[in-house]
Amino acid sequence: MTEILILGELDGNELHSSAGELIAAGRKLADELGMKVSAAIIGEAPIEIANEAISIGADQVYTVSHELIAQGVSDTYVAALEFICNKVNPAVVLTAKTPIGRSAGPRLAYRLGTGVAQDCINLEGDAGTGKMTVTRPVYGGNAMAKFTFANNETQVAVLRIKAFEPLPTDADRSGLITHIDLEMNENHVKSKLVETVKEQSEGVKLEDAEVIIGGGRGLGGPEPFSQLEELAKLFDSGAVGASRAVCDAGWLDHSYQIGLTGKTVTPNLYITFGISGASQHMAGCSASKNIVAINKDGEANIFKEASFGVIGDWEKVLPSFTATVQELLGT
Amino acid sequence: MNIIVCAKQVMDPDTPASAFNVDENALRVVPAQGIPPVVNGFCENAVEAALRIKENLGDATITVLSVGSEFVMDVMKKPLSMGADQMVLIQDEACSNLDALSTVKLLTAAIKKIGEFDLVICGQQASDWDNAHVPLGLSETLGLPCLTEASNIEIEESSIIVNSSRSDGYEVFESSLPALVTVNNQIGEPRYPTLRGIMQASRKTPEILTISDLGLDSEELKPALTLTELFIPVSDKQCEIIEGEDEADSGRLLAMRLREEKII
Repeated sequence: MTEILILGELDGNELHSSAGELIAAGRKLADELGMKVSAAIIGEAPIEIANEAISIGADQVYTVSHELIAQGVSDTYVAALEFICNKVNPAVVLTAKTPIGRSAGPRLAYRLGTGVAQDCINLEGDAGTGKMTVTRPVYGGNAMAKFTFANNETQVAVLRIKAFEPLPTDADRSGLITHIDLEMNENHVKSKLVETVKEQSEGVKLEDAEVIIGGGRGLGGPEPFSQLEELAKLFDSGAVGASRAVCDAGWLDHSYQIGLTGKTVTPNLYITFGISGASQHMAGCSASKNIVAINKDGEANIFKEASFGVIGDWEKVLPSFTATVQELLGT
Repeated sequence: MNIIVCAKQVMDPDTPASAFNVDENALRVVPAQGIPPVVNGFCENAVEAALRIKENLGDATITVLSVGSEFVMDVMKKPLSMGADQMVLIQDEACSNLDALSTVKLLTAAIKKIGEFDLVICGQQASDWDNAHVPLGLSETLGLPCLTEASNIEIEESSIIVNSSRSDGYEVFESSLPALVTVNNQIGEPRYPTLRGIMQASRKTPEILTISDLGLDSEELKPALTLTELFIPVSDKQCEIIEGEDEADSGRLLAMRLREEKII
């Protein structure tokens, strides 16, 4: 048990952005525990990808291939991780809170009969026990909890996306690349990915936007969102987002939803209109650099998270705000 | 078709933050006074998903299953009022502080006791501990295909087709039955119980099982994770409230202030 194993997912022919975050988190933990970091890259990965994983902090890379590995099907990742775990008996396995990672990590833990922590935002290693303490939000972010693992078995943690900063690339780093021939059969794959449907909302992707204009239940209906859209368009990289209440009411489709069950966003500026700031919403946007709140309820939770705010009716605040922004930006 | 829906009783997630309290020494969330618990939101979505399948197929039996130590019967009967056929509650003092691994053990034992089923539907996560892995664990212990985060479920003969919601659309997965599916709010709003539904539910008595009924004892329910700290995070943010002559003026001043801070 001297190894921290991370699941390196692929995004097409590239390393998924979450891999850098996992490797960085694993690197810190490995240094605290006196262990090494290995990255399992599941699927047909070119050698450049293995080298990339090493350059951003991995000590070892397992390239794992098998004809039954199907990208996007968590069954195959669980099977592959289980196979590797049985071979190398890692102290820790880290996956990311991606559609694959948040399913494969916990399933692996149950298959190994060990514990798992979802949605971790911090990991601390204790060199004395060789174990880690994880921090994760609970009760929709209303509380924080720290956990340790009760048994001396592999500890599995799923890490929140964008909670860990990837390390800078260091081309001089060296590491071992080992190919693993997976033993796998049809019984390991119980579901089939039939189709991938992209429902791209127009313009800038929420996850990539630098400025997000968010609307909540307080807007009263779907119509005001066109005004938010106008404001968003004034920025080079602006997009509109919404609270869950808005999407559940059908004012906007769920691709606009920010929060625990929607998207996690990290813009430079998040301006909210009529959003109360329920913890499940804040779970998706609390990493925004600047939050600005416009809400008529001065007691609303959003003001606790915002750096600037106006207590007032959005209908009266928005037009003058938009006009002034337009003037200032000269757009 | 036999459908099992797992549902959890949780503290009302709409409890105002001011009423949300944590006992940091006892490592417990203190239930807010006067605010009754609710059926976890996504579990209600799971009941709704089961009811829609039953309507589409014309015939199905929906059994709702839960684990807890203190059920509020009026709350837990909601799935029955919505239209579920029967309910099994694993109620035991030993279940007051279960972790996910033990919950999975109990649910697995109960599902095996219930016997024949074609589909298990669970909410994607519970709004208390937000673990989001009890259903995943169940799929492993029961050896079932695991289809997650469904926004739509279609049943065809002996297979199931699920749209799994993704941030940029959805992925369509297919598996054979029996299978396990998790759902969230995107599957559709849970229906309100009708008066007739409430009347029917009032005549139904949930079957109560203890852990010994399931052939388990509390020794086998040791947690895999140990909670060491529980606290309410303090925000160090100070919100600067912009006040102009009127609300329109505040809007203008807000934009100017953001410019001044080079935020825009």
